[in-house]
Amino acid sequence: MRLRLVPQDTNWDFFKRSKLWLGISAVMVVVALGSFLMQGLNYGIDFRGGTTIRTESPTPVDVGAYRDAVAPLGLGDITITEVFDPGFADDQNVAMIRIQAQDGEEAVSPEVVQQVEDALATFAPDIRFVSVESVGPKVSGELIQTAVIAVVLAIGAVLIYIWLRFEWQFALGAVAALVHDVVLTIGIFSELQIRFDLAIIAALLTIVGYSLNDTVVVFDRVRENLRKYKQTPLKEVLNRSINETLSRTMMTSVTTLIALIALFVLGGDVIRGFVFAMIWGVIVGTYSSIFVASALLLRLGVKRDWTKPDNTTGNQFANIDA
Amino acid sequence: MLQIELWKRVVIWGLVALGLLLALPNAFYTRVETSNDARTALETGASAGGLEEQAGLWPSFLPSGLVNLGLDLRGGAHLLAEVQVSDVYETRIKAMWPEVLTLLREERGRIGTFRLQESDAADELRIRLNEKPDMAAEAAALVRGLSRPVVSLTGAGASDIEVTVEGADVVIRLSEAERLAMDQRTVAQALEIIRRRIDEVGTREPTIQRQGADRILIQVPGIGSAAELKEIIGTTAQLTFQPVVTRTTNGDMPPGPGNELLPSMDEEGVFYILEQAAVVTGEELVDAQPAFDQNGRPAVNFRFDPTGARRFGNYTAENIGSPFAIVLDNEVISAPVIQSHIPGGSGIITGNFTVEESTNLAVLLRAGALPAGLEFLEERTIGPELGADSIEAGKIACIVAGVAVLVFMFLSYGTFGVFANIALLVNVGLIFGLLSLIGATLTLPGIAGIVLTIGMAVDANVLVFERIREETKTARGPARAIELGYEKAMSAIIDANITTFITAVILYVMGSGPVRGFAITLGLGILTSVFTAFFVTRLLVAMWFERRRPKTLEV
Repeated sequence: MRLRLVPQDTNWDFFKRSKLWLGISAVMVVVALGSFLMQGLNYGIDFRGGTTIRTESPTPVDVGAYRDAVAPLGLGDITITEVFDPGFADDQNVAMIRIQAQDGEEAVSPEVVQQVEDALATFAPDIRFVSVESVGPKVSGELIQTAVIAVVLAIGAVLIYIWLRFEWQFALGAVAALVHDVVLTIGIFSELQIRFDLAIIAALLTIVGYSLNDTVVVFDRVRENLRKYKQTPLKEVLNRSINETLSRTMMTSVTTLIALIALFVLGGDVIRGFVFAMIWGVIVGTYSSIFVASALLLRLGVKRDWTKPDNTTGNQFANIDA
Repeated sequence: MLQIELWKRVVIWGLVALGLLLALPNAFYTRVETSNDARTALETGASAGGLEEQAGLWPSFLPSGLVNLGLDLRGGAHLLAEVQVSDVYETRIKAMWPEVLTLLREERGRIGTFRLQESDAADELRIRLNEKPDMAAEAAALVRGLSRPVVSLTGAGASDIEVTVEGADVVIRLSEAERLAMDQRTVAQALEIIRRRIDEVGTREPTIQRQGADRILIQVPGIGSAAELKEIIGTTAQLTFQPVVTRTTNGDMPPGPGNELLPSMDEEGVFYILEQAAVVTGEELVDAQPAFDQNGRPAVNFRFDPTGARRFGNYTAENIGSPFAIVLDNEVISAPVIQSHIPGGSGIITGNFTVEESTNLAVLLRAGALPAGLEFLEERTIGPELGADSIEAGKIACIVAGVAVLVFMFLSYGTFGVFANIALLVNVGLIFGLLSLIGATLTLPGIAGIVLTIGMAVDANVLVFERIREETKTARGPARAIELGYEKAMSAIIDANITTFITAVILYVMGSGPVRGFAITLGLGILTSVFTAFFVTRLLVAMWFERRRPKTLEV
């Protein structure tokens, strides 16, 4: 007996409520953008400069006392959070201290770090500083810029690729789904105020890749079925294609999620945010390839008359099915 | 499609075996690392006891390339420094003053008296003609005669200085071409000096590379902290020997044009006014050794190169009885009085040194002073414990993820699932093999990339298997179904993987450090998973099919 995530021959109508789903997606995108504009992101030091110190101590972390120890230094905004992880030993108490970039300092100032370390060491003598990272405002500004360029470039490159391999309607549908996924991911980071650092950008780009992967597989089948069923309405062709690929979509999403969840639980706190972004991206990406990309494709329509001699428009690079 | 020729089979298995062989050393990381270190030590001529034995820990006929562990896994320090290239402009232009002075003095009859002006801009020389302001153009023409062509590829034909006339002032500035050429030289020189200093300390596999126009990235695994690393690099601006104008205890005394006020290193509240143009600089040093002076106090012996020696010799001959200052890091180490002509180009620096300080100073001098100051834009210290924890967590996560996916695939596809699983294991092996081969660096996000690949690698197989399932409904016979499955899944697999690969490439190009590590494992993972799905799994299926000849397929 085989394990099957979806029944063998499904014929579900994915477009029955397509307006509703598109509506929900639109609302979620608006909420995400709203959250981003209203409360912004909890940028890590990569993007706004400053210093983070990771401390480890055998005695339990007392956030209040740590704050009292550091407060007299007058270093502006200091965030202290205790870090929990199932992988920690019993006598491993970890805290993260974030110090904002000091005004007027182009580069990082080691004196500030030293002051904070000294202040904490007087309070908790057995404290150890397992990592100290400082980024100057000059670099952090550039990092934001590079990150934005990277995401835009990735989306642009993919748009062109799909346009060459399929038709522009496919490209538009796929990119709409991508933007949807990226915006929702940024939205959840803003909503939950999870730390947004350089690694999250990597996660965003991976989501771009994954979401596309999913969309492309569905579209590939759509392309095939469009040739096979020339008279069938587009809606049915799309629905049929989604149903046919559904089993694969679920399989891949589930194996990827299994791996990611293992990493989320066991991979340690350092990359948890990163893994969280990817888990979220896989879920949203799977949803969007059906309910956003395909639904949009249905609305945009596809040229169906394949008998005309110029029918290769837009897919002249598509014939590699060897 | 199911008929795979023998040579293809041999090639496929050969590649798999090669990949796994390359990955093998990583399974015995510490052992291979010790062995490699011992071998390098033996090659460089070290002969400590036990080295041979350590080298023998790993047989030499096996590949010994290891995946480099990134700083976030191994612990160490990371610095991003910006070279203050404009520092050099000032020194360069100020150094021209003696030359200009000599030239104009000879022509005093024609151009009258002149004086070096205090200038707002540090990187220019402003000379005012006091008696005959209308001769400024004449004087400028004379100074222009001192210009030299710029030595660089792009600035060919340009001269190094620009001389302009502003009223009664002759202003000398460096030309744009000269500045660019100097920037190039300064950064290249700083890079080399940093490399030498770090090598001198003998840490393992440091990364020292230029980034952008004027930045240097320094990563040293295994070092205690970024502060320690900065100490090794030293932020020394210049070692110079400068003529002393006067000694003072007033820290606010105006030094006058062409001069500067610098504090003494060990005497609190003592300042020296020095001529800005140095007689000799640390660049002209060829050797420096820790030593002791005639009173048995720690000191540093040094020797100049021929140009430096000549200059130093001439200067000491002409200035017997007057003091000159040895300046390091904008502090006067000492200001001895010149007792006699020093012709040989060697000398001794004395001061209030401890033995350790004199040794460090010698190292610093030997490696050469940095041509310009460094500003640190980014500093990261990662403790080795944190790195070890991350590796441990990553390992467990990888194993759990792998086992879960293996079980899941088996439950879903049965025999075919087993084939996909073998391919998956081969896949992970190949990723490590490739990483070792190209000497890539594995970072924490890189481990995440591997785990992600474990999840996604089965995708290509899933696409094929699902397609085979579909084809069994219509195709005539299992062989045909398998063939069609592979055929028709091809375009989806290629499109899906190329798009992901595009993002991996962009990530690699735009990203830095750990993110780049992620891009590498993700990109390699895509390549290997396509390879395993198309060749390894298919070969396994073909071999199984030949043996069993099933009448019906159950995928």
